[in-house]
Parts: sequence; structure tokens; C-alpha cells
Amino acid sequence: MSLLITPGADGRFGEFGGRFVPETLVPACQELEAAFTQAWNDADYRRELDSLLSEYAGRPSGLTECHNLGKQLGIRLFLKREDLNHTGSHKINNVLGQVLLAKRMGKKRIVAETGAGQHGVASATAAALLGLECKVYMGAVDVERQSLNVFRMKLLGAQVEAVHSGSRTLKDAVNEAMRDWVATVESTHYCLGSVMGPHPYPFMVRQFHRVIGDEAREQMQERLGVMPDAVVACVGGGSNAMGIFSGFIDTDARLIGVEPAGGAAVGRGQPGVVHGMKSYLMQDEHGQVQEAHSISAGLDYPGVGPEHSYLASIGRAEYPTVTDEEVIAGFQLMARSEGIIPALECAHAVAWISREAPKIQGKIVLMNLSGRGDKDVGQMMDILDGKL
Amino acid sequence: MTYGRLETQLRQRREAGGKSLVPYITGGYPGWQDAIRACAANGADAIEIGLPFSDPVMDGPIIQQASQKALQAGATPISILQEVRSLDVGIPLAVMCYYNTVFHAGHERFAFALADSGVSGAIIPDLPLEESGPWCEAADAAGVETVMLAAPTAPDDRLPRVVARARGFVYSVGLLGVTGERAALELTATDLARRLKAITEVPVLVGVGVSNAQQAAQAVQVADGVIQGASVMRRLIESGADAVGEYIAEVRRAITP
Repeated sequence: MSLLITPGADGRFGEFGGRFVPETLVPACQELEAAFTQAWNDADYRRELDSLLSEYAGRPSGLTECHNLGKQLGIRLFLKREDLNHTGSHKINNVLGQVLLAKRMGKKRIVAETGAGQHGVASATAAALLGLECKVYMGAVDVERQSLNVFRMKLLGAQVEAVHSGSRTLKDAVNEAMRDWVATVESTHYCLGSVMGPHPYPFMVRQFHRVIGDEAREQMQERLGVMPDAVVACVGGGSNAMGIFSGFIDTDARLIGVEPAGGAAVGRGQPGVVHGMKSYLMQDEHGQVQEAHSISAGLDYPGVGPEHSYLASIGRAEYPTVTDEEVIAGFQLMARSEGIIPALECAHAVAWISREAPKIQGKIVLMNLSGRGDKDVGQMMDILDGKL
Repeated sequence: MTYGRLETQLRQRREAGGKSLVPYITGGYPGWQDAIRACAANGADAIEIGLPFSDPVMDGPIIQQASQKALQAGATPISILQEVRSLDVGIPLAVMCYYNTVFHAGHERFAFALADSGVSGAIIPDLPLEESGPWCEAADAAGVETVMLAAPTAPDDRLPRVVARARGFVYSVGLLGVTGERAALELTATDLARRLKAITEVPVLVGVGVSNAQQAAQAVQVADGVIQGASVMRRLIESGADAVGEYIAEVRRAITP
């Protein structure tokens, strides 16, 4: 039996998941679940999505062997090149699927939350392409550190609203997007950007990102004829990781989801309920959600998608952490050795690989390079000022 | 059938030909206990006490602000319930809290803590019917009445299942949106209350978007009563407990036939 779960009506992955939303949103989640199931099994919808993915987003994404870095670390390192997708990250896979679905459901408007801005940019892009109105909620702290992406979203015709409540990062952007959805649910689809939230989002978003793992598996098979020993991806909510893990969950490969030390939901959290799901959550002794602190806006999230909690609970995937300092080093390491500037999120995966390399000598490692680092260059200029 | 203290109180009000008034106060916000006393002294039938949460997704700016301030002042579910125990205002109390507060404490432990503090009811806005089983079981066992929320988006086949599980009262959500004051009462408020009244004997109270005495009077033309949240908290934030008392007296006059 496959470990890749298709949740039932209760939306559970083991004990995790579910649908903990205000009553107002229950019918909308049920409608979305039915619409997704119907569309996913409809050949016309799948054909339309596939053609958007190939002709618009540029799929399939490539597989690059890092000869220089691999040699330096004593491993064989392969990158799944989601950074080369249109809009610069894996986020476009999910967004094209959801916006196409929203249109099919007769919705006129989408709302989205964003951390680093990658999901916001992808949402604004898909909305522009498919003719829907788009509003993106973004924590005020992230608006500041990702100003380039804010401008990008505006160029694409989206409205961007800075969120000043709570920790003013991704967690609060999700709250505000949900509040908007509660008020506008009849005309609006909530285009959630990760494998989190109430059922069917964690399942649906994973299905949209499965293409990453499915392609990578085929490419590894073609290139090497064997499966990798380890599959590594960064984890905030966990969409790029679930995407690539899903292709290898039934192989012998180690699955490694790298969390930031300041946002380690699996590593430091305990089961809790927020944003519509039961999952590992960083919280205090009274159940108040704690603020995450990470150099990367995209991973600055105290929770994690419920399927990751499930994979952690059964021991199928590991969720180690890396520090901001290791991430900064990983970012530069990838740039200098391979001529690829990774997103700060992906630099977490690089950091883990370079730290653990002595223990995995000679192994084949597949890393999901889920986004490119252009958006982070301004922030890194400040951090590395004078140190280059 | 015997009812809990909260439902008994609201049914008695209805049987006497009156309408119920349930103000909401954020527990732990500076002056919250005085505000509760002021509500009780000026015609409230029961009081909803908010346990502040870090991520209140059903709340608009006023209650978000109050929750954040209460948390900054060091309020915890335990500290609030301890103080509730000594309130003794003579009317039933219910807590409004987000589900993680309950889940984190543990269902049985939380239900027992409420009962032990003299709290009659619980309103958990992010715990819909399908997820409510384990909590409701613990609440029933501890004698805590779980108020269910009904929303304008619910299809006709859903409402009977929601009201069948409601204890205390049915919280009829007045509009599509989060808590906060609005210029006018939405038509959805009376529409939903009417749909609910047609299928249940449990008292139906309209909350969310009932913003002043006049709107309250409109709402009770159909409903058995109203909940007043943001309009109460705005007064507490801006002017203090006395202003809350005056406002509750004003709403009471407006909904008294």
C-alpha cells in the first residue's frame, strides 16, 4: 500500500489535518472539495492544466547535476530546477491549478497570502492570465524585506495589502486572507499557497505539486537508472517538499524536510490547531501560537502542512533544522560553486546538505531547488555588506 | 428535557415575552471585570467572555486589538477562569475561545475547568459541527453547554444538523464576515434567524454585525435575542466600563417590547 494518502471526507492524514474553520466557510470548503475531485478526474480540465504548465510555465523543469559542488562535498548532487519555472518558483504549479479551478467554479476574484512574495507573484500572474481579480495579503515585515516582489504583484495588476497585526509575517497574512474569504466567500476563491489550511487544501495543493516529484523520478530513472539515496527540500508550510516527496515516498530514499531553526514546527512544535488544520505547531504553554523567526520570509511560519506532521509521526520523513548563519553560507556556496543563486528558502536545503555531507559520502542526493534567489539579492546585499 | 443554566435563562426570558441580550467582553482586557458587572447590572441575560487568542480569524480589528492587549497584559485562560470564579454576577456566563485553547488544554480538562469556574457555556467559532464530536462529548459530561454557530452560507439540509447539536442557544451569524461594527444590519441577519426559528426551539441569538441599539431592535423582530461584541468592546476601549453599562441599558430599552 502506498504511503501517499488520499484523505477521506474527514481530511485526515493519520491524526493530522481536518477542517477547523468558521461555520461560514464549511460549505465553501465542501464545494471546493467536490469541484476539485470532479476537475481532477476530468480529462478536459487536466488537458488545459497540462498545456498551461508546459506552454506557459515552462514544464517539465530540468534536472541539473552539480558537478562542482558534488565533487567538493563528496556526493552526487542533483537539483530539480523549479527555479526555472515562469515566475521563478514551484508556486506556479499550484496556482495555475487553483485559478483554473476557481474560474470553473464561477468565481470572479481570488485572495492569497504570501510570505516571500513568490506565491503572491504566482497568484497575480495566474489571475492576470485567466482574467480574475486578485488581492494579496502580505505581512508588513515581509512587504519591507521583499519590496521587489510587492512591485511585481502590482505590475501584474494585483492589489497588495500590508498586514500590521500580530507578528506581521506569513501567519498573519493567512489570518487576514481567511477574514477576507469569510466576508467574500460567494464571489471569491481563497488561493492558498501551501499544503496547509483546511481540507481539501493540503491534499489539493499536494496533487498540484506532484508533478515535481513525478518528473524528477522519471528524470532520475532516465539519467541514472537508480533512485536517489536522499531527497531534500526546505519546509515552511511544506508545498515544494510535499511535491518532490510524493514522487519518492514509496522508494527507499530518505526524505528530508529542512526547517529553519526559528520556525521548526515539527522539530520544536506539538500538535495544535490553527489556520484550519491540526498539525505540529509552535505554541506556548497556553496554546498561543508563537512567532517564527527566520531569515527567509517564505519559511517564517510557526506551523507546517498536516501531511508533513503525519510523515514525521510515522518516521517516514525527517525534519532537521539549520540556522540563519548556515543558510547565508549555503546561499553563497551554491552561487559560487554552480553559478546558481538559490532562493533563501532553498539555501536551507543547501545548508543541510553541506553540513551533513561527511555522513553521506558517495550518496546520490536530489534537492528541490524550488525558487531562484533574485528576490533575495537586496536582503543579502544588506546582510553581506562589505563581506564579499 | 432539562436545560443547562444558560439555555434555561434564555428560554425564561422568551417565555416571559422578552428578548435576550448577551454582551461580549474580552477577558483580561484592562477593566474587563468592571465591564462584566456593568453589563449584569444593566440588563444583560448572560455574558460571553472572550479568552484571547493569538490568531483570532473570526474577529475584526476591535476585538483583535482587545485580544492583543489582553495577551500583552499577561492574560491566560487559567488566569481569566480563576478571576471568573469570583465574579458572582448572578447571570450565566459563557466563554468564547478558539479551538486551539481547548485542544491544547485537553477536552476533558478544559470542560472541567469551565464547569469548576462556574462557566455555563462555550462558543468555539473555529470548531464546526464535523470536528466538534470529541469536545461536545467532554462538554456534555461536564455539564457545559456548547453553543453552535449557524452561518448564512449553510444550505437548508445543514441547519437542522447544526441546531440539533446546539445547547444554550444557536449563534446565528448576522452576515458574511468577521466581528465588527457595520452601518446597517444586513438582510442576511434576519433571513438566517427566520430560517433557524422555523426549525428549532432552542433560543436563536443574532451576533456579528449587530452594531447598535437600533440594529438590535431590528434583529429581535425575528430572533430571540442579540449578542453585542465589537460595539461593547469599542466603548470599553474608548471610554471604560461605565460607558459599557450605559450602552447595555440603551440596548435593553430598545429591545424591550
